[in-house]
Amino acid sequence: MSISTVLVANRGEIALRIVRACRELGLRSVAVYSDADAEAAHVRHADDAVHIGKSSASKSYLDAEAVLAAARSSGADAVHPGYGFLSERASFARAVADAGLVWVGPPADVIERMGDKAAARAVAAGAGVPVVPGSDELADSDAAVAAAAEIGYPVLVKAAAGGGGRGIRPAASDEELRRVVVEARREAASAFGSDAVYLERALPRPKHIEVQVVADGQGGVVHCFERDCSLQRRRQKVLEEAPAPGLDEGVRRAMCDAAVALAREVGYVGAGTVEFLLDTDSGEFFFIEMNTRIQVEHPVTELVTGLDLVALQLRVADGEPLPLAQDDIECRGVALEFRVNAEDPDDDFLPTPGEVTALELPGGPGVRVDTAIAAGDVIPPFYDSMVAKLAVWGPDRAAALARGRRALAEYRVEGIPTTIPLHRRLLDDPTVVAGTHDITFLEGFAM
Amino acid sequence: MSSHRITARTPGVFYRRPSPDAEPYVGDGAAVSEGDTIGLIEVMKTYREVKADTTGTVSQWFVENEDEVTIGQDLVELDT
Repeated sequence: MSISTVLVANRGEIALRIVRACRELGLRSVAVYSDADAEAAHVRHADDAVHIGKSSASKSYLDAEAVLAAARSSGADAVHPGYGFLSERASFARAVADAGLVWVGPPADVIERMGDKAAARAVAAGAGVPVVPGSDELADSDAAVAAAAEIGYPVLVKAAAGGGGRGIRPAASDEELRRVVVEARREAASAFGSDAVYLERALPRPKHIEVQVVADGQGGVVHCFERDCSLQRRRQKVLEEAPAPGLDEGVRRAMCDAAVALAREVGYVGAGTVEFLLDTDSGEFFFIEMNTRIQVEHPVTELVTGLDLVALQLRVADGEPLPLAQDDIECRGVALEFRVNAEDPDDDFLPTPGEVTALELPGGPGVRVDTAIAAGDVIPPFYDSMVAKLAVWGPDRAAALARGRRALAEYRVEGIPTTIPLHRRLLDDPTVVAGTHDITFLEGFAM
Repeated sequence: MSSHRITARTPGVFYRRPSPDAEPYVGDGAAVSEGDTIGLIEVMKTYREVKADTTGTVSQWFVENEDEVTIGQDLVELDT
């Protein structure tokens, strides 16, 4: 490879995941860390580490200048952003490239276009990919009411610069819409730096299906099949699965082809995820957004395809053409991923930072745990509550569910409540077992 | 006159303002009533309001805006 040292601009399990991929490819890895993470696993496992600031994310992992300075001082020639933090900040990708470093991700202008919801919808339309019926950016409440008359209620008011499920509000009538648009614009201005909002039709009970793509920027674009991420709470994914249960083979092929077409249309490079809402009654699917980075739930795709997506990211960023063609990628068996969050499912999912006094991880056949937490570690309050991902694989869905139950029974965390009990309950729920859950299912799920 | 200290109920980052451009919830020397919001603590990307657990007048802050705080740490002293 022409790159030799990768600065890992992240923390926690994904930083460790990237460090591991670097090690396997013979690349040197450099971690960055905040005050709170001085003893963290991603720091211990990397070849080198640079302190970048205080504990709060805005003063460390979100500080683009500090991260860039770390890349320069450590002799890195590439930057892998992981997910979250600076991973979808176009200005950071541009600064990395301008500093003469390799950005492990798509070009800044692609991040910019796909990060702007209205621009992303235009890209999808250009690729012939269906989008949820919706409006352009709205000037005011009157424009919103006029647009809603065309689209039909219920609608969602969305911030053009929003993401990760944030900046989305429902409205079911003209009166409600007028109020919500005012609120949404105010919130968007302070949360995202832009008050631009638009409308989309709210689909009644859709599934969230997303397609993993990888592109080399040299004409090679492949998909790695889909994931069903319909189990969400407050628009945050909780449990993911590949392939999507019960998905019609023709619909699957159409969705995967649409994702590839969209990636081609925008000139995508690297690993990305094209997210769709699927109306399971009609088989209609609609593009919602593209995540221009590695995804939290990438392990389920790795388990069913046998690919190493992070290694592929690094190789493509290094200028290699994709080492495989679409026909080389097969989807075998079923994989499930359970996000283990430091949250108390019995107390409205309140965050539970603190010391993990004892820890026993599941193991055995078909079990993978991605975590940077060890017994005795203190989970700091400054970052995301997701502290581990348990992924299981089985030759078929029943076997994957049985393995998931077995692994969750083995998983023991003491000192802090986690979402493990939620997952145990979910795997005994008839709707989840049948695989018919839609994105509204978990909101109504009682612990 | 006696004094009372309001402490952090959760670890995290303390904010005196509802948003970066807003006025502080409570000015120096201001009167607060029991139940008033006096600040926010950001914990794992969520924000929890810090409420005054008594009525009084702000006499001293022990933390600055955006300081990292631990459970039980003194935030502000009220003359009651």
